[in-house]
Amino acid sequence: MGVTKKVVIEPVTRVEGHGKVTILLDEKGQVTRARLHIVEFRGFERFIQGRPFWEVPVTVQRLCGICPVSHHLAAAKAMDVIVGADKLTPTAEKMRRLMHYGQTYQSHVLHFFHLVSPDLLFGFDADPAVRNIIGVIKKYPELAVQGVMMRKFGQEVIKVTAGKKIHGTGAIPGGINKNLSIAERDFLLKDIDQQIEWSRGALKIAKDYTIEHLEELSGFGSFDSNHLSLIRADGALDLYDGGIRMIDSEGNKVIDHFNNQNYSDIIAEEVRDWSYMKFPFIKDLGVDKGWYRVGPLSRINTADFIDTPEAELARQEFKAVTSGKPNNITMAYHWARMIEVLHSAEKMKELLLDDDLQGEDLVVKGERRSEGVGIIEAPRGTLFHHYKVNEDDQVTMCNLIVSTTSNNVPMNLAVEGVAKKYLSGTEITEGLLNRVEVAIRAYDPCLSCATHALGKMPLTVSVVDHCGQIVDKKST
Amino acid sequence: MSDKIKFTIDGVEIEATPGQTIMQAADEAGVYIPRLCAHKDLLPFGSCRVCTVMVNDRPQAACTQPASQGMYVESETEELRQIRTNLVEMLFVEGNHYCPFCEKSGNCELQALGYRLGMLAPKYPYMFNKHDVDASHPDIYIDHNRCILCARCVRSSKELDGKNVFQFVGRGIHKKIAFNSDTNLAATNVSVTDKAIENCPVGAILTKGVGYAVPIGKRMYDSQPIGSDIEARKATEK
Repeated sequence: MGVTKKVVIEPVTRVEGHGKVTILLDEKGQVTRARLHIVEFRGFERFIQGRPFWEVPVTVQRLCGICPVSHHLAAAKAMDVIVGADKLTPTAEKMRRLMHYGQTYQSHVLHFFHLVSPDLLFGFDADPAVRNIIGVIKKYPELAVQGVMMRKFGQEVIKVTAGKKIHGTGAIPGGINKNLSIAERDFLLKDIDQQIEWSRGALKIAKDYTIEHLEELSGFGSFDSNHLSLIRADGALDLYDGGIRMIDSEGNKVIDHFNNQNYSDIIAEEVRDWSYMKFPFIKDLGVDKGWYRVGPLSRINTADFIDTPEAELARQEFKAVTSGKPNNITMAYHWARMIEVLHSAEKMKELLLDDDLQGEDLVVKGERRSEGVGIIEAPRGTLFHHYKVNEDDQVTMCNLIVSTTSNNVPMNLAVEGVAKKYLSGTEITEGLLNRVEVAIRAYDPCLSCATHALGKMPLTVSVVDHCGQIVDKKST
Repeated sequence: MSDKIKFTIDGVEIEATPGQTIMQAADEAGVYIPRLCAHKDLLPFGSCRVCTVMVNDRPQAACTQPASQGMYVESETEELRQIRTNLVEMLFVEGNHYCPFCEKSGNCELQALGYRLGMLAPKYPYMFNKHDVDASHPDIYIDHNRCILCARCVRSSKELDGKNVFQFVGRGIHKKIAFNSDTNLAATNVSVTDKAIENCPVGAILTKGVGYAVPIGKRMYDSQPIGSDIEARKATEK
């Protein structure tokens, strides 16, 4: 019987939350399997049972401190269904959209500038003592300041729409609890053109990097996959609402404009014993073929067009690289993410100039229902919230499929691909560890505790044989 | 001969009419004494003891102690602030007060008092007691997790609504609000317009469906601390 060895990378740094990686080796030192373990536990589905439904959008957003607005809005959309608000007032929908673009903007910017830019600017093999946000601040101070100021702008947008920068209360069942005052509007408008300019710059960095390293990145944790996202009725990219579309790796539409209230008819989740994170898949395609990617890469792949001019031009450039076919390069997530940053900035300007935001008609209600689904395109991908409510207004069932969960299989595949390419024998190099993390980081996984490390990686690697004995151990 | 009673609070001369409590006279004069169970429309009760003041060097509840001629009252001392903070902290750890998502946040007297007293985090261990909710009534939601047993609902129902819907049952840690029915709140004659509902100082008795309708920034205690309305009377007099 061959000896199997296991390489463990724990914790994975510069991602939102904590995870660990194990790489299993055969007797020849070849990678047989790699796994990203999510070791945090989320209990929200259980402990909101019995709570009044209108409380839920404010409660569940505390899943996370990075993109709480996604959970806030997804839950609010589900509660719209519960209270029978089939169509919100223009003020309510546009305020929510502004909130959502603000948070997509700040979340993407945080990820790109603070977590990813060290990898792109210094290279994967650079000294970890330099390859971090402090290193970026020292060598590229203007860029670092831009990152901070862009994130700040997004947070200010959230504040004026949700009431505060983190964990606000803006979206309520059937609408919104405030409009945008003229003073708030003008406060944001004075900076929006600067934000768009900086977004162009960030997009250029991501685009140039991807094109310059296209050959290397094509073989870096990349693989063919399905891509899933919401899509507007006319096929446009829409981060706030739409039907479900899934395309295969060739761009064929497998699912299109599917009513998101019936998502559970097409999507199921599998449980595996080595991770707290489930594995969603399309029922008709089965566990092996039904998995899919979500997030910026998938959204740019699934969309027929983008309804803001500069982001649409950027999308066309993006699509040209793969001759119009879906882009399956994992590292292209960063480029797609920056297209969405520019799109969000353009959208925010469009909304800030819209008088509907000063409207007074904030809430609608209709026929009360007992079940509701809210789906939104969170920064990291499609986010599903599903609730059942009893006659006494208490939540009786909650199911959440968060974006990172949908990217579970893809992240494992990306890690496996990188490990197979860069690990041979049992020597664990810094370069390998960096690349494994870089591949995971491309997905901007949010592991639900909103913490991340700065500076040198607190990384411990263990080589474990098939009996569980540690035969080698290395710490950075 | 004048029928006015004169006494001092923290050295400031206060006038009271016969029969007024220290708190009633202080309120009229624009001097705020922290309180939770006391309510301007209800009879003096003296339950929470947050309004404890030193009267001629002895601790007394300002909400029940009648004002008397020449009494020497201390309220804003460090010792009393600490006693009040301890009382508020004990209420926080005994219940399950999750301010971050409680819909009463910003309008909650317990939370506002915690802020006013400078309470940061409770120094006592959280008890995580298990409490029920009663969502049976179509318009009213009762969350015992947030009840501070101030009896405002008990007294409001009796004194103002003329109904007697609420009452205490149990003793010590098992004490809780009960209803005058054998089953649940829905089986009582309580109405969402009752003062018993309106006068709850915390998020224990809520009107269903209101939730977070008032945005952050517009809530009662978002811009000024609890007691500011009373202290404004003093400013107006000047």
